[in-house]
Amino acid sequence: MIWTRFVPILLCAVTLLAGCAGVKSYEREMLADPIMSFSRDPLSDQYLEHVYEVREGARGATTTQGGGCGCN
Amino acid sequence: MAVTDSGSLSISEPAVATLWPALLAALGMLISYTATAVVLPDDRTDLLYHYYDGGGVTVRGPAMLVRKSAGDNVSVSGRYYVDTVSSASIDVVTTASPYKDKREEFGVGVDYLHGNSLMQASVTSSKENDYLADTLSLNVSHDLFGGLTSLNLGFSQGQDVVQRVDTSFESDINRYSFSLGVSQVLSKSLLLGVGYEGIAEEGYLSNPYRSARILGASLPEQYPGTRDSQAVSVRAVKGFSSDQRPILSSVRAEYRYFRDNWGIRSNTLGVALQRYFGNRVLGEARYRYYQQSAATFYSDNFTSEMTYMARDKELSTFHSHSLGAKVTWYFLDRKYLFLDRMSLNFSHDYVNFDYQDFTDVRTGEPYSFGANVLQLYISAWY
Repeated sequence: MIWTRFVPILLCAVTLLAGCAGVKSYEREMLADPIMSFSRDPLSDQYLEHVYEVREGARGATTTQGGGCGCN
Repeated sequence: MAVTDSGSLSISEPAVATLWPALLAALGMLISYTATAVVLPDDRTDLLYHYYDGGGVTVRGPAMLVRKSAGDNVSVSGRYYVDTVSSASIDVVTTASPYKDKREEFGVGVDYLHGNSLMQASVTSSKENDYLADTLSLNVSHDLFGGLTSLNLGFSQGQDVVQRVDTSFESDINRYSFSLGVSQVLSKSLLLGVGYEGIAEEGYLSNPYRSARILGASLPEQYPGTRDSQAVSVRAVKGFSSDQRPILSSVRAEYRYFRDNWGIRSNTLGVALQRYFGNRVLGEARYRYYQQSAATFYSDNFTSEMTYMARDKELSTFHSHSLGAKVTWYFLDRKYLFLDRMSLNFSHDYVNFDYQDFTDVRTGEPYSFGANVLQLYISAWY
């Protein structure tokens, strides 16, 4: 199953990466900018995800979270 | 992961056993670092008008999201969304009459900040004349490793009621979702995110209006009573600076793999380029590719009656390309009264769907259509 393969790899990778990333607090100016966000406008992104979700078979693992939508 | 007979969510024992070493390693690393505090989401309000036109369907309506903190540790949010649908889609024009419908969605949420953890709870309720949906969502985010890593765990439970207008038909759907996400700062200009979401559904998953075709004749669709799906995604954002400003542009890329026990496999790929033009204008260009295989019980035209039969084009083999642009104008970029900043935004995405095994019965050709997706919204931070 994808669950049993993916999650352990994910956790190990993150713990390793966390040890490598030495970014100080004063070096995080770029990261705080809206264009460095995975979703800078939540309402707009939720709407766009909804547009795709009702027309596609796939769902989940997006940057937004929605409710039931009568998609079927 | 699956929904058991009693309706609870279960994860297989081998999965848990495989997870233990990785969980212990992660906890060990956690102890050796000092974390910094996460923060509450921004106080902001968005007022949006959306418009979709494609495949004979027009959907439009307003949406609003209001978020305000209450003290240093609590933030509350409210959401309202409307879809006004006018449909003469290919399903409708070939088997029924065009219709109009309206869907309203309300949502409230509360965020609570405690140390390095942000806990979120929200409820959403959606209503249209033949479909009701209520969803409860719980989410916990936790910062690790000096704020360089953020872990996210989510769970949601949804309960839908499916109806058919002008009849007494009514049936339920129960939906359970479990998500796990990690975002990791890799450098001062590079952010990586990975995510997993498993969704289990049980109940009436068909559409009470749609028909399957058997040798050209119509019969009501029949879907399995359960559906389990899993999706994994990887996304990254890379920022670029210039001599004039610490950040001028960014590139975002994301990929998602999806599979379910109906036999659907899909790949989604997206890229977006964002760039500042002066201090007040932000432009975005984006592209998205989506591809999926058909469900095992999908057929454009069955040759004999089966236990499960579907002719929903969303369950067929198809791909789509989407190209979009967004412009943001920060028309207020300094404090004025209680406002910190305001922006006006416009976006346009064009999506083209190409179906490989879904035929337009009017022409006998594989069906395809293009859709325009427009958004106009104003955002205010305070």
